[in-house]
Amino acid sequence: MPKALVHRGVIAALVVLALTMAWAAPWSQVMLTLALAKGLAVLGVVVLLQAGQVSFGHAMFFAAGAYAAAFLGKAMGGGDLVLLLLAGVLCSALFGVVVGVFVVGYRYIFFGMLNLAFSMVLFSLLEKLYHFTGGSDGMRVARPTVLGMEMERASFETLLFLLTLTLALVCGWLVHRYLRSPLGQALGAIKSNETRLEYLGVSARQVLLVGYVLSAVLAGLGGVLVAAMQGLVTPALAFWVRSGEFVFIAILGGASNVVGAFAGAFVYEFVRSYAAAFAADIWQLVLGVVLLVVILFAPGGLVGMYRGIVERRRP
Amino acid sequence: MTPLLAVSDVQIRFGGVVAADGVNLDINAGERLAIIGPNGAGKTTFLNICTGYLKPAAGRVLFEGRDITGLPPRSITRLGIARAFQIPQLFLEHTALQNLLLAAAARERIVNPFRILDRIRERTEMLALLELVGLADAADQEAGGLPEGSRKLVDIAIALALRPRLLLLDEPTSGVSSAEKFQIMDTLVKALAQRDVTAVFVEHDMEMVTRYADRVAVWNGGQVQMVDTPAAVLADPDVRREVVGV
Repeated sequence: MPKALVHRGVIAALVVLALTMAWAAPWSQVMLTLALAKGLAVLGVVVLLQAGQVSFGHAMFFAAGAYAAAFLGKAMGGGDLVLLLLAGVLCSALFGVVVGVFVVGYRYIFFGMLNLAFSMVLFSLLEKLYHFTGGSDGMRVARPTVLGMEMERASFETLLFLLTLTLALVCGWLVHRYLRSPLGQALGAIKSNETRLEYLGVSARQVLLVGYVLSAVLAGLGGVLVAAMQGLVTPALAFWVRSGEFVFIAILGGASNVVGAFAGAFVYEFVRSYAAAFAADIWQLVLGVVLLVVILFAPGGLVGMYRGIVERRRP
Repeated sequence: MTPLLAVSDVQIRFGGVVAADGVNLDINAGERLAIIGPNGAGKTTFLNICTGYLKPAAGRVLFEGRDITGLPPRSITRLGIARAFQIPQLFLEHTALQNLLLAAAARERIVNPFRILDRIRERTEMLALLELVGLADAADQEAGGLPEGSRKLVDIAIALALRPRLLLLDEPTSGVSSAEKFQIMDTLVKALAQRDVTAVFVEHDMEMVTRYADRVAVWNGGQVQMVDTPAAVLADPDVRREVVGV
């Protein structure tokens, strides 16, 4: 069977699994939505990893999307989900351009640390500007209408889950296409030989800026979905621990893969939820051990493990 | 006739070392100019200045009459000057073909994010280019896994893929087996003539210089010592003593 068909089959199976889980156990819809929304932000981190760059501050865009939705919702007395999504995307894109112009001139540790610095500036502003942002208490996000329709909590959560799943599939496909395009492949060229890229007449900065803004939009989109599901945004969304979590999930899933971003996010949320429930005092330890095991025994992450199994079976 | 590339009074120094000390050189359209000289004479520095990697402290570089002094490499490449390096500069995690496809896409500034690199319409042209340098069988091999000689050829093919008007080659056949180098250069020279590309190549092998250059520029101590036909240059006693070593 062609490899592409096998991969599509696996993705279809994962979608069916998520839908079945959400249908059989409606309580899992929140967890699945949060996992997929985080997966979108992780997808942004994965885009930058193609260029060999790690952002330790990508939660700033996650928070930017979430707060944009919260502010618009507050101004409109709830607002509509579509408008909140548009506001989140627009705000994170603009923020991505502004921060991106500064950071794309730097590489490796400087790139990572500059991102961290910007995210901590945003975190501090969200905490200190109490009268605007509610400080550490955050802002409530009232349940928005959906295309003008008011919805009960349960049906809203189901719809939000289905919307998040759809957005994850659409964004995953678009990013997959982008990464195979010359523009996406040029990200890999930055990683392996930036000098040659410049000698092709291509600006490495511009290539990275496009990737950076895309990654910011993906994180912002994830932030809006989390804000809508939780009904609350707090500065913790922009905290460095959250940024580290995205990098953690990217490595867990497989740093070079679109599906890995979502598979990693799902496993992370699953392990975190159960570790927190059954080993409340040591759940971070459990996650740390999981990451150590992945790095030591499966450096290609979950996707690498899957490929290993599939390729071993092929003659 | 206006020279394709006109370099006048170019100077650059690195600390106490003068790498270009008032270099003047005109390169005419359609010619093949060889640059020879002892190690450290400033040959590669000259290529670095012409391609924007180094900005000269003084002097001007004109390409087709336009001042390109100090422009960054990407701008100079877009104007029509391509370069192949002494140490091949490839995208090691991409296949040999993908290296060329990226170059082909770069001609259109690679802006369309929804074209698939492996399926762009220039694929046939790039496969033909790989065949030209004898690497058709290595198209799907990762560049990082190719032997040094093959990498060198991919590097040259990348430069050709950009469809330049001026091609600067830094020791194009170093690392290539002596059995293959004439065959490769014959093919390359034919390709340059077909595409109307002017070429400058830095070379240490005097047999290559005699065979393939229309003119030879001799570098010494950051200066152009003489420019003439290969026969005249190689007959000069100073050149024979200081450069050829006989």
